[in-house]
Amino acid sequence: MELSGSEIIVQFLKDEGVEYVFGYPGGAVLHIYDAIHNQEDVKHILVRHEQGATHAADGYSRATGKPGVVLVTSGPGATNAITGIATAHMDSIPLIVLSGQVPSGMIGSDAFQEVDAIGCTRPCVKHNFLVKDINDLAETLKKAFYVATTGRPGPVLVDIPKDITAPQIKIPYKYPKSVKMRSYNPTVKGHPRQVKKAVDLLLSAKRPMIYSGGGVILGEASNELREVVHKLGYPITQTLMGLGAFPGTDKQNVGMLGMHGTYEANMGMHECDVLFAVGARFDDRITGDTSKFCPQAKIIHIDIDPSSISKNINVDIPIVGETKQILSDMAKLIDEHKERPNQKALQEWWKRIHSWQAQDCLAFDRDSKHIKPQSVIETLYQVTKGEAFVTSDVGQHQMFAAQFYLFDEPRRWINSGGLGTMGFGLPSAMGVKLAYPEADVACVTGEGSIQMCIQELSTCLQYDLPVKVVNLNNRYLGMVRQWQEFFYEKRYSHSYMDALPDFVKLAESYGHVGIRVEDPADLHDAMVEAFAMKDRVVFLDVITDQTENVYPMIQAGAAHNSMEISPEHQKRQNSINPEGELA
Amino acid sequence: MRHIISLLVENESGALSRIAGLFSARGYNIESLTVATTEDPTLSRMTIVTTGSDRIIEQITKQLNKLIDVVKLQDMTEGDYIEREMMFIKVRADGSDQRAEIKRLSDIFRARIIDVTDTTYCIELTGSGDKLDAYINTIHDKNVIEVVRSGSMGITRGEKALTL
Repeated sequence: MELSGSEIIVQFLKDEGVEYVFGYPGGAVLHIYDAIHNQEDVKHILVRHEQGATHAADGYSRATGKPGVVLVTSGPGATNAITGIATAHMDSIPLIVLSGQVPSGMIGSDAFQEVDAIGCTRPCVKHNFLVKDINDLAETLKKAFYVATTGRPGPVLVDIPKDITAPQIKIPYKYPKSVKMRSYNPTVKGHPRQVKKAVDLLLSAKRPMIYSGGGVILGEASNELREVVHKLGYPITQTLMGLGAFPGTDKQNVGMLGMHGTYEANMGMHECDVLFAVGARFDDRITGDTSKFCPQAKIIHIDIDPSSISKNINVDIPIVGETKQILSDMAKLIDEHKERPNQKALQEWWKRIHSWQAQDCLAFDRDSKHIKPQSVIETLYQVTKGEAFVTSDVGQHQMFAAQFYLFDEPRRWINSGGLGTMGFGLPSAMGVKLAYPEADVACVTGEGSIQMCIQELSTCLQYDLPVKVVNLNNRYLGMVRQWQEFFYEKRYSHSYMDALPDFVKLAESYGHVGIRVEDPADLHDAMVEAFAMKDRVVFLDVITDQTENVYPMIQAGAAHNSMEISPEHQKRQNSINPEGELA
Repeated sequence: MRHIISLLVENESGALSRIAGLFSARGYNIESLTVATTEDPTLSRMTIVTTGSDRIIEQITKQLNKLIDVVKLQDMTEGDYIEREMMFIKVRADGSDQRAEIKRLSDIFRARIIDVTDTTYCIELTGSGDKLDAYINTIHDKNVIEVVRSGSMGITRGEKALTL
């Protein structure tokens, strides 16, 4: 088969099983777009901004586990994509970004729409390639998919000069089924002796805590994690990226940990004697003060990336490899082990954890005449029966969603954890909806975040992607306002969103349905109404309490046991009698 | 502590900037960096001299290993090794006393004078970084015209080698 460079790209994507490409045309990729036009196997989704393309591909990948594919033109096309590439990089999401480049002979001449895409993206990709010869094109694409999806996944950019894709130049094409790279061999299998040592330590624990992260979801290891945790009967907490790997409604789950984690999770971290970290990277939002992190604990850490181990926190038993394989080995070893979990100690430990849980750290004022943001997420959870895919933007609404929507399955909670990218929610919801057209997909957002990629409402109409936007509209950049309240003596510098658009009319002008809710009494019915409109995008503009804060809160750089707690939590804590029970 | 890290990397245009970029992005020190092609034209060998605590050095080697272009890596400082650096130094050499003095010094350091004019000497010297420093210190600042140093390179002693 003789194909041009453009045809090779499209044929390769088809052979690789790619369903969707998210992109935006321009001069340097016109040949490729011409090849896309002549076929129907690889569907192209035209976004309204390249940031939207990368987030949509990212959302598609997070929901499905398959790599997301993006096609952008040179210059501004590539630079606009960078925020989304960096977002995927921080959360280890496999993306393939194909960027057009000016013709080879013009590279370096400051040509129209020329930017050094390789140089610009280098710090925020797993790897990138410049295609210099059409004969290398297919193999380079295969390498890109291989690198992006194996080991610790991540985005890979392939920069393709325009002359490589010219329709006149045709070469024989054969799909490269596999590639070998001498310099890239990710470790997959955990060292058996380390695994054995880890199980020995786990079974000797008196106050154990399991802390799991996004690596369990990326490694498709949820079932294995559940098996191990249930066998042990130990408490488990998850990071923001790890929610859903273990059921949110399971009794052993003590919720999220870290800066806005639950009281019981953070106290448990502080007092545990053995910490078992799986596919988590000890991010600063998790650890707080590293010198006071889990002060009494011996630490086991499973991670596919050796550089994650002992980067921020020194660990006692590191295991490098795939979480799925290692957890499954551990499950077997636990069964065969002569020791059993120390039930007496465990009972004491659970009693202590239950006393923390009884304080109800997420309590909020349910009698308020304003709509509380927490109650919006609770309502969303009830109406969607806990089964929706929920994407979010970044800020208070993201934390409320993480705290109040209990995810029982992995890949349902989709948010920008590492980079914290506002504007992520709506385009990523489009990617999820494409992958699961029958599922409920909600984008939980705020009036600040939604305006960073609101243009994608137009894409939703064009491709019939009926996502539901739940806008927690408190007329503030809520998280910024919260920090200003706590740490800047309420000097609300530039955190008030003045001159907001009428979101209902805005949604309508994009061809969608807009509903505004201002009274707590109307919330439930409005949510039901929104989700009943299966084939429409509904923008639910919920006017929420401006003064609400996210609790508990560990101040940046503080220890796990020093949390700011909510007024309602404080009331309950004050009523605890000397025996540690609630009066 | 000072470490000498030797790397075999893919001989590709982006490899050097990926490695240099890693050091700047993560705030690691580079004391010197040398790079040239090996006997295998698809591979370059790079020697990086860096300083940091054990934890930082561990991160540096892990992060370098993570780069797709890095094929193999060795921390020379973990075993016995030989280290050399090369220097060209151009000095003012006016008048017979001064010329004789520089010639004598060069003999002591086993340096070679490789270019001579009426007013200057150009001298080549190989050795450890300390030795090159010592040589420079023997020459009065005002007489030093130009110094070119290659940066350190290292090789392990004995059978052990950094090869594929």
